[in-house]
Amino acid sequence: MIIRIPKASDVKSSEITPENIYKQRRLFMQAAGLGALGLMTGDILAKAEERSLRPLAQLNKSPFSTDEDMTSYKDVTQYNNFYELGTGKKDPYRFSNYLKPSPWSITIEGECTKPGTYNLEDFIRPYALEERIYRMRCVEGWSMVIPWVGFPLASMIKQFEPTSRAKYVAFETLYDPEMLPGQKRPVLPWPYVEGLRMDEAMNPLTILSVGLYGKELPNQNGAPIRLVVPWKYGFKSIKSIVKIRFVEEQPRSTWNVVTPNEYGFYSNVNPEVDHPRWSQGRERRIGEFLKRDTLMFNGYAEEVASLYSGMDLKKFF
Amino acid sequence: MQQSMLRSFPVMIPTVYLKVVVFIACLIPLGLLIWNLFQDNLGANPIEEVIHQTGDWTLRFLLITLSLTPLRQLTGSGTWIQFRRMMGLYAFFYACLHLLSYVVLDQFFDWPAIIRDIIKHPYITVGFAAWLLLIPLALTSTKGMMRRLGRRWKSLHRLVYLIGILGVIHFAWLVKADYREPIIYGLILCLLLSMRWLKRNTAGK
Repeated sequence: MIIRIPKASDVKSSEITPENIYKQRRLFMQAAGLGALGLMTGDILAKAEERSLRPLAQLNKSPFSTDEDMTSYKDVTQYNNFYELGTGKKDPYRFSNYLKPSPWSITIEGECTKPGTYNLEDFIRPYALEERIYRMRCVEGWSMVIPWVGFPLASMIKQFEPTSRAKYVAFETLYDPEMLPGQKRPVLPWPYVEGLRMDEAMNPLTILSVGLYGKELPNQNGAPIRLVVPWKYGFKSIKSIVKIRFVEEQPRSTWNVVTPNEYGFYSNVNPEVDHPRWSQGRERRIGEFLKRDTLMFNGYAEEVASLYSGMDLKKFF
Repeated sequence: MQQSMLRSFPVMIPTVYLKVVVFIACLIPLGLLIWNLFQDNLGANPIEEVIHQTGDWTLRFLLITLSLTPLRQLTGSGTWIQFRRMMGLYAFFYACLHLLSYVVLDQFFDWPAIIRDIIKHPYITVGFAAWLLLIPLALTSTKGMMRRLGRRWKSLHRLVYLIGILGVIHFAWLVKADYREPIIYGLILCLLLSMRWLKRNTAGK
C-alpha cells in the first residue's frame, strides 16, 4: 500500500476547478476572442445544458397585459443584452450557465423602517404572482412582447415601509465575476445600478419579475429577480438584483454614468427624442420585417404620462 | 534542392489558378451568410446580423487590400500586388451589399428616412461617405483607366487610406460601450498606414 503524505505545495482536490467549469471558462475565452475578430457566424458554439426551470403555477391575469402577439420563447431567451454575460446579444444565452441564481439573497436598506437581508424565497413569498404581457423596447431600436411573471414593485415597497425621506428607489445587480464573467472586463463600471423616482416605482405597471412564459426566469434574462418598467428603455429594467435601497437623492444609473449625453436618468421611451447617434422614431419588432412606429411611453402613455406632466422631456430624457 | 523548390514556389502554381482559388474563397463569407439566413441560423434579428456581417467583411477586405504593399516590402515577393485590385473590388462588393442590406432590409426603401439618417446621424454619414469614395476607385480599377490616368491614378487611389479611416470610425461610432472590435480594426489600420509612412520617410533620406 502506498501511503501518500501530502506536501504543503500539493493542490487539494477541492481546489481543482471542476472540468465542466473549466471547459466553460475556456469556451467563454474562446468566444470572447472569436467574437473580437467577429468570426462567429450562427451558432457554431453549442451551449451547455440548460438549468431546468420550475413552472410557476396559479398566475393571476392582469388588465395591464397587451393582447399583441408574443415574441417566441426562443427569441426572448436567446437575444438580449446582459453585459455581465457578454456584450454580444447571443452571449447572455451562451454563457448563462455561469450564473447560479440559488441560493440568492436580497438586501433592503436606506430610508425605511424594515431594512434587512432576506433570502429570495422569503422575500417573494408574500406576493401573489401575476402574468404581465408587456411590450419591451430596447434603446437600440428593436422590441419584443414578453409574458413576464411577477408582482407589483409597489406591494414590495409598502412591505418595507419607506420613510418620508425616501424619494427614490435604487437597485443594484450582483457583482461576482465568477458568476457574471462579463464583469471581468471594465466595459461598464460594475456593479450595474439603476433607479426610479418613488412615484415611478409605485406605478402599478412597474413590477419585480421572477419568471417569463410561466416558468422561472432563465439566467440570461436576469434570474432570479429583475425589474420590469415597460414604458422605459429596456436597460432601466435591471437584472439579477441583490440590493434595493430607499434614498433621498436621485441615484446613479449605469448608462447615465458612462454616457450622460446619450442616456438620461428617466430614459422613457420617446419617439420625439432621438438618441444622439440614431433615430428612436421607429423600431423593429423581433420576428417582423417592416419597422413600426415607436409609441410615446412605449404605448403606456395613458398609465404614466401624468408622472411627467410639466416636465420638458427633451431635457429630462 | 529543397530550397530552390521553395524559392520557385510562387512560380510553380500559375498565378491564374491562384487567382481563381482566391476569387472563390472571397465569396465564402457571402455564401455562409446566405446559407445561414435560409437555415434560420442568424438568430432573432437576422437583418441586423446581415448588416453587421457585410460591414465586417467590408472592413476586413479593406484591411487585406491595405496589407498587400507592406507584405511585398516584407517578403520581397511581388505576387501579393497581383491581388490588390481583386481585394479592393471585393471590399467595394461587400460595401455595396452592406449598403444594400441597410436600404432594402433595414429601411425598406424609406428614402426620406434614409436621407434623414445620412444627414443627421454621423456614423451613417461617415459610412456613406466611405462608400461614395469607393466608387471612383472601383470605376478606375481597370488597366485601361490606369494607363489613361497615369500619375493621377496613384494619387486618386491614395483615397483608400481615408476610406479605411472612415470605415473604422463608422464602426466605432455605432458601438455602445464595448470598443474591443473597432479598436482591433483601428490598430491594424494604424499599423498598415504607419508602415507606409515609415517606408516613405526612410526612403526619402
